[in-house]
Amino acid sequence: MPFTHTLQVIGHRTIDAVWRIGLATRFFALTLMYSGTSFRRFHLIIKELFSTGVMSLIIIIVAGLFVGMVLGLQGYETLQRYGSESALGVMVALGLVRELGPVVAALLFASRAGSAMTAEIGLMKATEQISAMEMMAVNPIARIVAPRFWAGVISMPLLAAMFSAVGVFGGYFVGVIQIGVDEGSFWSQMQAAVDFREDILNGVLKSFVFGTVVTVIALFEGFDAPPTAEGVSGATTRTVVTSSLAILMLDFVLTAIMFRGN
Amino acid sequence: MVEISDLHFAYDKRAILKGINMSLQKGKLIAIMGSSGCGKTTLLRHIGGVLKPTKGYVKISGQVIHELDQHNLYAMRRKMGMLFQFGALFTDMSVFDNVAFQMREHTTLPEELIHDLVLMKLHAVGLRGTQKLMPSELSGGMARRVALARTVALDPMLIMYDEPFAGLDPISLRVVGDLIRRLNDALGATSVVVTHDVQESLKIVDYVYFMENGTIAAEGTPEEIRASDKAFVRQFVHGEIDGPVPFHYPGGDYRQELNLSV
Ligand SMILES: Nc1ncnc2c1ncn2[C@@H]1O[C@H](COP(=O)(O)OP(=O)(O)O)[C@@H](O)[C@H]1O
Ligand SMILES: [Mg+2]
Repeated sequence: MPFTHTLQVIGHRTIDAVWRIGLATRFFALTLMYSGTSFRRFHLIIKELFSTGVMSLIIIIVAGLFVGMVLGLQGYETLQRYGSESALGVMVALGLVRELGPVVAALLFASRAGSAMTAEIGLMKATEQISAMEMMAVNPIARIVAPRFWAGVISMPLLAAMFSAVGVFGGYFVGVIQIGVDEGSFWSQMQAAVDFREDILNGVLKSFVFGTVVTVIALFEGFDAPPTAEGVSGATTRTVVTSSLAILMLDFVLTAIMFRGN
Repeated sequence: MVEISDLHFAYDKRAILKGINMSLQKGKLIAIMGSSGCGKTTLLRHIGGVLKPTKGYVKISGQVIHELDQHNLYAMRRKMGMLFQFGALFTDMSVFDNVAFQMREHTTLPEELIHDLVLMKLHAVGLRGTQKLMPSELSGGMARRVALARTVALDPMLIMYDEPFAGLDPISLRVVGDLIRRLNDALGATSVVVTHDVQESLKIVDYVYFMENGTIAAEGTPEEIRASDKAFVRQFVHGEIDGPVPFHYPGGDYRQELNLSV
């Protein structure tokens, strides 16, 4: 009966996945519900902003610089065939602000900050810190999860903006300084073609959505991890895999909604 | 003070507690002993209201714990302290912040007063000098003592210790044992110590319960326990390998499994 067995396995996996999505949604709702403490005592969020946001800064800046330089090179290659290398600035900026900034920054954020969050919370659970907090009549969702959630949501758009800004500079470096594209047209065409609402705001919206999704996945996996060494390492891997896939799929959906017909 | 009556509990289908009766008097230090996995931690979790019994109840100061709503349960937990097996110190906070945690969460005391209170608690466990260290910089025995200071931070009326002696060297073990006794008497609290360490705990406690197979197998004052002629108690007190608690986990026939012809 290999066929029915396969069906059975697929069925089990599907039910399991749906079940986990339900649990994660409930977890997300609880996090929002118990967010009051974090805003009344904002220093709790500030502390987490440091460990999620500031600690991811270096990797975001380095990655942004290189992605921008590659865009400069590839963009020039393509554009000069049509004699329109003066549009290089537009191409680099739009590519970054609309797509690569939010997406690549979110992927890096998931593997740098997301995995660290899962591991930290999983270990807190394994060493009974979460139970201890509950026994001290302090709600762990309010005290541990919510500040980290808001720190992730706040820092993701900022990191993506940083990524795009550094990337534009990388494109400028390769295009203008190395290859010799006209500096004036690089900047002025960029200024003329990049729209605030259409491009920048949509890009920020994307990274806001990615930040929310990555942080919720990371926190949920940590909170849900079996309290053992294998449990925590498995959860960390799941965070990176699940949130990377979620970012790429959501990016398609969001792009289709935002830029359809332009 | 604490009254436990006919307490039953099962994980899934496996019965863990099968009718526990205990009565813990105010001001007393009580030990609960029993082999690993017999349900001691599970019992403590019922007293703390983390688990709900399938039958019977735990009553503290006349209130049935599992019937309290979240608000009243948290109010009750503020009057309890629980020392977890390996201390469960918050790894992202210094020793000082760990001890100050409940004061900051549950009181509106000014920071200067909290500072003095924390130093008094740390002084009581002999670790005032460690206030700036992180938990990872402490030895096992020191971490246990800091956790002890944190447990009694708000002067609880009921203190629970889950295997406070596990993994300690003989000197730390005496120190912690002595502290448990002194803290109980100084606070006028009621303390419950779950332990394997028969010799150490018989020296400090007022009353002993032996758990076996989900029920209370024996109880009495330390003198009565030492003099007991119940086989099970004798095995435990004198550390004999085989007795009513078997050395062998139930298995198949040994000769058959070795493929010896009978
Ligand atoms: N979350 C759980 N799910 C299922 N079984 C559990 C769980 N926690 C503990 N158990 C089982 O319950 C029994 C009692 O556990 P516990 O109360 O921790 O024992 P101990 O006396 O060593 O503290 C053990 O056999 C353990 O395997
Ligand atoms: Mg235990």
